[in-house]
Amino acid sequence: MAFLHRHPRLRLAALLSAPMLWLGLAYLGALAVLLVSAFWTVNGFTGEVVREFTLANFRTIVTEEVYRNVTLRSLGVAVAVTVICVVLALPMAFYMAKVARPRARHWLVIAILTPLWASYLVKAYAWRVLLANDGPIDSLFGGPGYGLFATIIVLSYLWLPYMILPIYAGLERLPDSLLEASADLGARAGRTFRGVVLPILVPSIFAGSIFTFSLSLGDYITVQIVGGKTQLLGNLVYANVGAANNLPFAAAIATIPVIIMVVYLAAVRRSGALEEL
Amino acid sequence: MAGVLALAGCGGDDGGGSGDGPGGMSVPKIDKLVAIGAGEGTVNVIAWAGYVEDGSTDPKVDWVTGFEKETGCQVNTKVAGTSDEMVALMKTGEYDVVSASGDASLRLIYGGDVAPVNTDLIANYKDVFEGLKNKQWNSVDGAAYGVPHGRGANLLMYRTDTVKPAPTSWSAVFDPASPYQGKITAYDSPIYIADAALYLMKTKPDLGIKNPYALDDAQFKAATDLLTEQNKLIGEYWSDYTKEVQAFKSGDSVLGTTWQVIANLAKADKAPVEAVLPSEGATGWSDTWMVSAKAKHPNCGYLWMNHIISPKANAGVAEWFGEAPANKLSCAQTADRNHCATFHAEDEAYFDQIWYWTTPLAQCVDGRTDVTCKDYAAWTQAWTTIKG
Repeated sequence: MAFLHRHPRLRLAALLSAPMLWLGLAYLGALAVLLVSAFWTVNGFTGEVVREFTLANFRTIVTEEVYRNVTLRSLGVAVAVTVICVVLALPMAFYMAKVARPRARHWLVIAILTPLWASYLVKAYAWRVLLANDGPIDSLFGGPGYGLFATIIVLSYLWLPYMILPIYAGLERLPDSLLEASADLGARAGRTFRGVVLPILVPSIFAGSIFTFSLSLGDYITVQIVGGKTQLLGNLVYANVGAANNLPFAAAIATIPVIIMVVYLAAVRRSGALEEL
Repeated sequence: MAGVLALAGCGGDDGGGSGDGPGGMSVPKIDKLVAIGAGEGTVNVIAWAGYVEDGSTDPKVDWVTGFEKETGCQVNTKVAGTSDEMVALMKTGEYDVVSASGDASLRLIYGGDVAPVNTDLIANYKDVFEGLKNKQWNSVDGAAYGVPHGRGANLLMYRTDTVKPAPTSWSAVFDPASPYQGKITAYDSPIYIADAALYLMKTKPDLGIKNPYALDDAQFKAATDLLTEQNKLIGEYWSDYTKEVQAFKSGDSVLGTTWQVIANLAKADKAPVEAVLPSEGATGWSDTWMVSAKAKHPNCGYLWMNHIISPKANAGVAEWFGEAPANKLSCAQTADRNHCATFHAEDEAYFDQIWYWTTPLAQCVDGRTDVTCKDYAAWTQAWTTIKG
């Protein structure tokens, strides 16, 4: 140990080697394999991967209309879920951070977090029962049944805590004096919200949206359970890996959400939201 | 689990059978075992979920522990999710036996991954239903490459309280003016295209479909067009059998493809359903136990194959999974005395109407050489397009 003590650089290297190895090999390595294999194909009979460079997978994705439709649908779901989560999370987080008493605040945070303790699958299947024909929601509202709309509702439910928490954290850092100053200067609640709270919260909202947006974009289980016949990008990846053993084509499809997320993250970075994470 | 099972079996009776493999491939010459020696103490098994149960899932469901005690062969099971996974695992040479479905079996035979089976060494083989022996998917040129395990068919299930009159034809799920629009379900796999092809084979003879797994461009387009039309009627597609049981129980689905086991589960759940074999016949699956060409424990492998088709073990699997057993004597061993009747185990006329699932190949599996057929990759992409 004394040897390490005398050589701080070596110590640092030893300390960082495991996480760096993880990041480099397991994380970036897997992504690199994904990108490379997207340019390969599969032998139809033996099922073996043919390691020859070809753009065939991408040509199919670009030329076949169905992939464009599914991409737009997935994007729409991700945007809708994010918007719903923001609309629901803002008042909830505001109440938690500014209105509730400090004692109640802790319980509210715990209440927001408890659904995360339950399995994702259990929650999705619970919603399948809720949305079933003659189930509670169908009896009350006469719909919507399984489908795209049900998928959006369930995903919004699943990812809501990921939106509330960063907004709550952002609001906690907002000094009450700012709200009081705004009120003293004669601004009503709405004006204060638009002029003071929202601009300060923008990075928090973007931080939350990274979770809701990316999680929705890659989801394939919820849509299988409550989505009826809807298919999203995740389903296409799953079908090609699981059923068709066509890993290269699945990899090519998987690059679509990667590209969308890279564009999205670049946009978010400009807002400074990445510092909120 | 059972979903992938579906990718089984080879289609029909009028396939190639000439000994020439797909694309002119020939079968590698591999010798079969001459005599069973002493067990090697272990056997590595690739199987579908539910095929190798040692009591860990349900203490009452156990046909492995007794075998281990009796033979001294420790059973190590690797559960595979798809036929493709099974083929890939067998290529590693780490496994001794596999419960291959029809599509995997031919690929394993032509790939030289499995050895012919000396059925004289399998005492229970003589009791296997004749209708399962020496079929296109488990033998080549009369040489057996495995022992049959069990089979089942895809049926048409309907809610008896809503669907009236009772359907007798697959047209019920393809009728554009169906009163059950939005409550019809279909199996969520590219292989379901064969169900449409089977229907067209019977209703549109002009298309000249001889085998629902051998579709040329025009035939394939007709089948996918039919399914694209059908998509408007579909409430949801299923591949998870628990999901279908629940959908029929709640009434979200009232009509669609099913397996016998699902119909039984739904009935046990008090859902008012019936499952029928429609007049056009149906698709189905048939599985085979095969032994690796590179098996490190061939003796234990043979002992396992003999055990798994023994009346008691075979009956156990058939009941647990919900399929027809391969062994005639299994029918006397099932806990439910009516099991064999329910699953039509002894009803060859019933299975004559079944087109066992197989992987479509570019070289038409119905033996046509003047056209190219759509292969499974094309089927997969078309399935995506159908679902939109």
